[in-house]
Amino acid sequence: MLKQGKMALIALGLTLMLVGCSQGGGNAADTKAGTGTTASTANPNTALDQTPKEPVEISFYYPVNVGGPLTKVIDGMSASFMEKFPDIKVKPVYTGNYGDNTIKIQAGVQAKQPPDVAVMMSTELYSMMDTDAIIPLDDFIAKDADYNKDDFYPAFVEDTQADGHTYSVPFQRSTIILYYNKEMFKAAGLDPNKPPTNWDELVEYAGKLNRDGHTGMEIPGNDDSYWMFQMLARQNASDPKQSIMGDDGRKANFNTPENVEALQFWLDLSRKYKVMPEGVIDWAATPTDFIEGKTAMMMHTSGNLTNVKTNAKFDFGVAFAPANKQYGSPTGGGNLYIFKDTTPEKQAAAWEFAKYMTAPEQAALFSSSSGYVGVRKSAYDTEAMKAYTDEFPQALVARDQLQYAFRELSTHNHGKVSSALTNQIQSALAGKIDAAGALKAAQEEADRVLAPFNK
Amino acid sequence: MNTRWNEKLRRNGFGWGLVLPSLLFLGMFTYYPMLKSAWLSLFEQNLAVRTPVFVGMDNYKALLHDPVFIEVFRNNIWFAVGTVPVSMALAFVMALFADKAIRGKGLVRIAFFYPNMIPMIAAASIWLFLYMPQFGLFARFASWFTGSEVNLLGNPDTVLGSLIVMTVWKEAGYFMIFYLAGLQQIPKDLYESASVDGIGVWTQQLRITIPLTMPTTLFVTVVAITNAFKWVDHLWMMTKGGPDHASSLLLYYIYETTFSFNDQGMAAAMTVVMIVLLLVISCFQFAGWERQIHYQ
Repeated sequence: MLKQGKMALIALGLTLMLVGCSQGGGNAADTKAGTGTTASTANPNTALDQTPKEPVEISFYYPVNVGGPLTKVIDGMSASFMEKFPDIKVKPVYTGNYGDNTIKIQAGVQAKQPPDVAVMMSTELYSMMDTDAIIPLDDFIAKDADYNKDDFYPAFVEDTQADGHTYSVPFQRSTIILYYNKEMFKAAGLDPNKPPTNWDELVEYAGKLNRDGHTGMEIPGNDDSYWMFQMLARQNASDPKQSIMGDDGRKANFNTPENVEALQFWLDLSRKYKVMPEGVIDWAATPTDFIEGKTAMMMHTSGNLTNVKTNAKFDFGVAFAPANKQYGSPTGGGNLYIFKDTTPEKQAAAWEFAKYMTAPEQAALFSSSSGYVGVRKSAYDTEAMKAYTDEFPQALVARDQLQYAFRELSTHNHGKVSSALTNQIQSALAGKIDAAGALKAAQEEADRVLAPFNK
Repeated sequence: MNTRWNEKLRRNGFGWGLVLPSLLFLGMFTYYPMLKSAWLSLFEQNLAVRTPVFVGMDNYKALLHDPVFIEVFRNNIWFAVGTVPVSMALAFVMALFADKAIRGKGLVRIAFFYPNMIPMIAAASIWLFLYMPQFGLFARFASWFTGSEVNLLGNPDTVLGSLIVMTVWKEAGYFMIFYLAGLQQIPKDLYESASVDGIGVWTQQLRITIPLTMPTTLFVTVVAITNAFKWVDHLWMMTKGGPDHASSLLLYYIYETTFSFNDQGMAAAMTVVMIVLLLVISCFQFAGWERQIHYQ
């Protein structure tokens, strides 16, 4: 019995130790923070002659949504930033694809431990505002003489702004371009230097290319089908500024006759013209299909340019996404956001970092190693970028297309609004509903979801 | 009196001391989040409402009218109906085989159990490839049947079935282990005496093996059904619940509601529904079934 009693005491003791440990950790951190503050208040008095400051540590979350070793590039850029700014320490955290990344950040925001700076989809802007997660950057921009905001391409700046404030810095940006296999063009008797420029040619060429065991073309239809749809909708719009959403993120304009035509065209590619596989084509499988010669053309993000360049064993070309009534492509990708629940020092450091990451040299480096579009004009004037585009002029197509680019679908409650549209498009692609019915249903759902924001 | 109390205290103290660490973790990571979810499910908290509003049972009422939730629930029931009996039957047959196999016993067992050792994400990638239109093995097989291009995961009619097939493949090996253990508990002399009495192999299975593995069957049934409601990673890899929710399951929809839609209240309500459902299923094992099915 006595033995049992002892054992009980030991077990209890162990448990208490466990609990005690965690508390001890907390205390230690507190004391450290305490001495930190005393030190910094003491510093200005004792040492006017530049004592090295305690470095500010900031965390940086980023996703990678395209093929290729982009994590290396971004980690390298963070490292070179730290060399230049020794008093700021950046901890880059690769968080998976955009979806995972958003979830990790939102979870952090809810736990009051957000990253200090992060790359997130430009479309998350309103959700971030609604959860009170980010800070506007107007003050930083106003105070900073060396931040030239006019140097950024206007199509990218568009979606950094809401309610008259600027909330993010364009970073990892793209548009949709047409990739085509030049060898297959030759084999089909087409001129490899003349990609299709409008929908009629697209159908005609794709029909000719649809042979030898590969399909004419592919447009991915899962995940981001709304993005592809947005492109077709703009191309089919008679009004050059027609958009599938309102300017303030409170309204969806899905169900218009022109949009129905645009969706119908997408469906026709596989059902009527038979130049594309039927059903919902996978986003990630599409570039693989192109690289492996399963499809002669694909519509995909320009962010995959380097992936295709590295892996395709054939000569390929890229072109503007073909026009119907006009050219058009939504921009895509992520911006740098700075978060709220952290200290002003960290926010300032994060701003410094965001500025560095989008400086011309960095933008050029990032663009040339990924295929993403350089976010600012001066990036294309750097030596590195000139050398890169001389050797690989395909890289200029996405930039040139920016004059026809516009804001990606972004609304309040973006998750629900975009999935309302995505689900209906998938349903239509799968042949469960016609184009008109799909957009009508998507519109109704979006109106319902947006109603609370229009009160 | 005093000594008796002392002893009681000692004895109980010992017991509690042993249980306490697990209890702490269970409380922290299981019971507390469960209660918190139940509490949260009474509030409206989403992107449109910054400060949570108490709404009582409204979230639950809304769930009953949410067509997507109803579809997802229905999917999940079909998923359970499709995976549980088949994977169990397959597991039983595989266990019989692995039990009797004389040559290469170890190899047979490993071959059957193998799908379980692969992480779900890796398995999902493999199957994604098998289902890929044009050059996936199954996709080719299917298009050979139908005579046209088949996109198994891109079609609402076939997507759930395709996932069920994969899940059966993944689960059967796991359940086989339980059956194998069950089979080895059966005394061999039962079979011997049955053979001496001239009873055929089939009758032996029917009269000896199946009744004597009934406790295993019950256990596996409960595990299989609860598992059917807990699958999520393969959806995430392969279909994201699409196309148009045709393959979405309960847990995935909860995840989506929480993190993609930021609708905390609604997600909490769904979580509570799910917890209750799983509790009810697990209760079958305690609620007398176990006694009834034993050795008749």
